[in-house]
Amino acid sequence: MISLSHYLVLSALLFSIGVVGIFLNRKNLIVLLMAIELMLLAVNMNFVAFSHYLDNLAGQLFVFFILTVAAAESGIGLAILVVLFRNMSTIDVDDLDSLKG
Amino acid sequence: MDSKTVVFYVLAALLIFAAVRVITARNPVHAVLYLVLAFFNAGGLWLTLQAEFLAIALIMVYVGAVMVLFLFVVMMLDIDIKRLRQGFWNYMPLAATLGLLLAGEMALVLSSDYFGTVAFPDRAMPADYSNTKDLGRLLFTDYVYPFELASIILLVAIIAAVMLTLRRRKDVRHLDPVKQIAVKHTDRLRVVQMPAEKESE
Repeated sequence: MISLSHYLVLSALLFSIGVVGIFLNRKNLIVLLMAIELMLLAVNMNFVAFSHYLDNLAGQLFVFFILTVAAAESGIGLAILVVLFRNMSTIDVDDLDSLKG
Repeated sequence: MDSKTVVFYVLAALLIFAAVRVITARNPVHAVLYLVLAFFNAGGLWLTLQAEFLAIALIMVYVGAVMVLFLFVVMMLDIDIKRLRQGFWNYMPLAATLGLLLAGEMALVLSSDYFGTVAFPDRAMPADYSNTKDLGRLLFTDYVYPFELASIILLVAIIAAVMLTLRRRKDVRHLDPVKQIAVKHTDRLRVVQMPAEKESE
């Protein structure tokens, strides 16, 4: 039978894949954004699983709000990416050093 | 194994496979398409958790809007994939070690007795139960203030995205709409009073 921990372990795996994705693709800004989406998906999976387990709809509402914020985040992130590419004609993270950080 | 378990394992395996392909795909377009697959499988998993509204919203909003936006951006940019893949395998050992450590630790904690290793409580819903109705009722009563805040966040995101990508081209002549609206009829046409010309004799 499927238990709560099945879903929690699945989302832990998904989150780790997102973290590894940020490590591996630390040059490609688009894949970095997609790895963040994966991590958000893992968090949402936790919320939905707990919401079902505790029979409380508040968890699902939180997922609703997370989806809203994530959509806004990726929209602005992609807009910044387009502006960046227009100005520097690259999306390599290593080239983004004009702030000398 | 009953059918629910089989469905869970199939969806979970596909989800993990798609997620791994997202971060390892050579071509960013393929990565986006695998992310779409991952979202579809997550939507299926949420259906098994009786979160019907969110499952459909995930597919509609994420696959329908956000992923299409990603695809547009990926196809619009002319990126040098080979250069972006540099150092990919150099980071692999460190990333794999860290990832396995992270996943292993979390799995160790999460599969302990505290997190409900017993099966989910079997909650039989009545045939006319509507997840959407319940969510909507909660959203517009107890959570109406966060709901308004979410709408403001979306508005800010719209304005920010438009303003960021708005390009004022210098080589194109354009009219200032404010000046166009503020124009009065006296600016266009001036009636000059002058004595009539006398007829020549």
